[in-house]
Amino acid sequence: MTSITAKPAARNARKIRISDSLLWVYTAVALVFLLTPIVYTIVFSFNDSVRSNTVWEGFTLHHWTNLCDQPGICASVGNSFFIGGVSTLASTIIGTMMAIALVRYRFRARSLVSLLLFLPMATPEIVMGAGLAALFFNSGTEFGMTTIIIAHIMFCISFVVVTVKARVQTLDPVLEEAARDLYANPFKVFMKVTLPLLLPGIISAALLSFALSFDDFIITYFNNGSTKTFPLFVYVSAARGVPAEANVVSSAVFLIAITVVIGMQVVSAARRKKYSA
Amino acid sequence: MAIAGFSASPSKGGSKRNSKGASKSALKGDRKGAWVAGILLAPGLIYLSLFFLTPLVQLVVTALESPDPSYAIGAYVYDLNFQNFADVAVKYSLQIFRSFGYALLATIFALLISYPLAYFVGVKVRRWPLLQRMTLILVIAPFFISFLLRTVAWKQLLAQGSPLLDVLQNLGLVAHGGYFIGTPAAVVFGLTYNFIPFMTLPIYTTLERLDGRLLEAGSDLYASPFKVFTKITLPLSMPGVVSGTLLTFIPIAGDYVNASKEFLGAPDTSMIGNMVDQDFLANQNYPYASALSVLLMATILILVSLYVRRAGTEELL
Repeated sequence: MTSITAKPAARNARKIRISDSLLWVYTAVALVFLLTPIVYTIVFSFNDSVRSNTVWEGFTLHHWTNLCDQPGICASVGNSFFIGGVSTLASTIIGTMMAIALVRYRFRARSLVSLLLFLPMATPEIVMGAGLAALFFNSGTEFGMTTIIIAHIMFCISFVVVTVKARVQTLDPVLEEAARDLYANPFKVFMKVTLPLLLPGIISAALLSFALSFDDFIITYFNNGSTKTFPLFVYVSAARGVPAEANVVSSAVFLIAITVVIGMQVVSAARRKKYSA
Repeated sequence: MAIAGFSASPSKGGSKRNSKGASKSALKGDRKGAWVAGILLAPGLIYLSLFFLTPLVQLVVTALESPDPSYAIGAYVYDLNFQNFADVAVKYSLQIFRSFGYALLATIFALLISYPLAYFVGVKVRRWPLLQRMTLILVIAPFFISFLLRTVAWKQLLAQGSPLLDVLQNLGLVAHGGYFIGTPAAVVFGLTYNFIPFMTLPIYTTLERLDGRLLEAGSDLYASPFKVFTKITLPLSMPGVVSGTLLTFIPIAGDYVNASKEFLGAPDTSMIGNMVDQDFLANQNYPYASALSVLLMATILILVSLYVRRAGTEELL
């Protein structure tokens, strides 16, 4: 009854309050849904299981302390770190150069370049995996570490460009002009002004590349030869039951990554506070 | 080759959106600038031409090959055998239908889950930057744990006899005594779960940029919250919805982990990816695997070109 006489603003306020609390509940449920498998994976890294890690059998640190007892896992993790490191280094350098060119320079083939960079992100992994395998197969290239790294650099480049480009766009060219006015040569301008300012973007891009490379399964599966990466280890063991050691590796990577990301947020928040003070 | 196409054209080259950045650039428009841009772009362009474009060409070439006259397994000769495309389209019609059907359903579910989530992070909590950052980190947290392992996690969480399956059965979502893993529903469930962040992030990005004063103006003019949403928020967030839809639909249509029997699927839930995998790696039927990949890629390219026509290439990156 009162709602008829109430002013529209008041009526709206009540509606907003109801939809507000609904939104909070909805978000909480969605986040629980998103995080459930993560919690499960971490919890089951402590499961006192012998072979298949499906039923809870009690708490143990055994899998964390004796990780390499599980045959093949440490070698595969080592391979993944090596592949991730090399791919990240190469794709971050190539991608950063492209991002700077795309923001700072005008050229006719610009939209063509944007399209070429977008397509790898829009192509299903299975198509890129099969395509690269066909290329390596037809050219007689031996499958292994090299073919995996070639593939990983390829699909990381676009993501680096997107991430670094956002940072270049926020960069004020006036700062570089000032350095030039002070007789810094182009190399010095880049090393002393451009690069330090771009660093947060470059670091995020490198982390993203590493994460993409470390977690890639489909493209790697088509081009690995006999080299095993961590996702391949998980895939092969999935038929018989994934051992708890795989949960250990994944949980450790997750905890490190989340610490780095939160750490970066805290640092940037502290820096902002310092500047605004 | 492509580098020769670069030339300085500051006035007409820049789109409206970027004219601000262009006018600021100290190096715009001179010959030296185009030269530097060429050098900066060259390694990436050469790399992507060699290892992205050439493989696609290789796929098309392989898709047109015919069996070697000796009929040795895995031996094929160059040809223009367009029959391969018709063959796979018929042979794998069910898998093609499933791939796009599952992708459509999972994309819709991902959108329904992602939009309120993105709205919450991008608009609702923007007054509290710390809360905003932390919820955003929670949204992307699944990215930090192995894709295969989080799928295995769901497989075990919803396995026969698990407490979660009991709940689903009591809610009537799954028949009593029935199983969930290995059904099309489980595959769509897994696909939805795994690709939610791909949908949430682009929507969040557009909503986060949304000017709060527009929403205030709407309610000041006596628009109901519902009207403010449908007339202001939703239209302004459409670019994010469109790119999120693409970024979700495409990888889902090509996925085969969720649908494979080792994970959430069964032989009768197999998708295009499972068939490419089977023909390429097990049957050594390279032409069929390639033809199927080319069909998938062609469909994706049609979708992307529709999107480009709508949004322009600048919005792509």
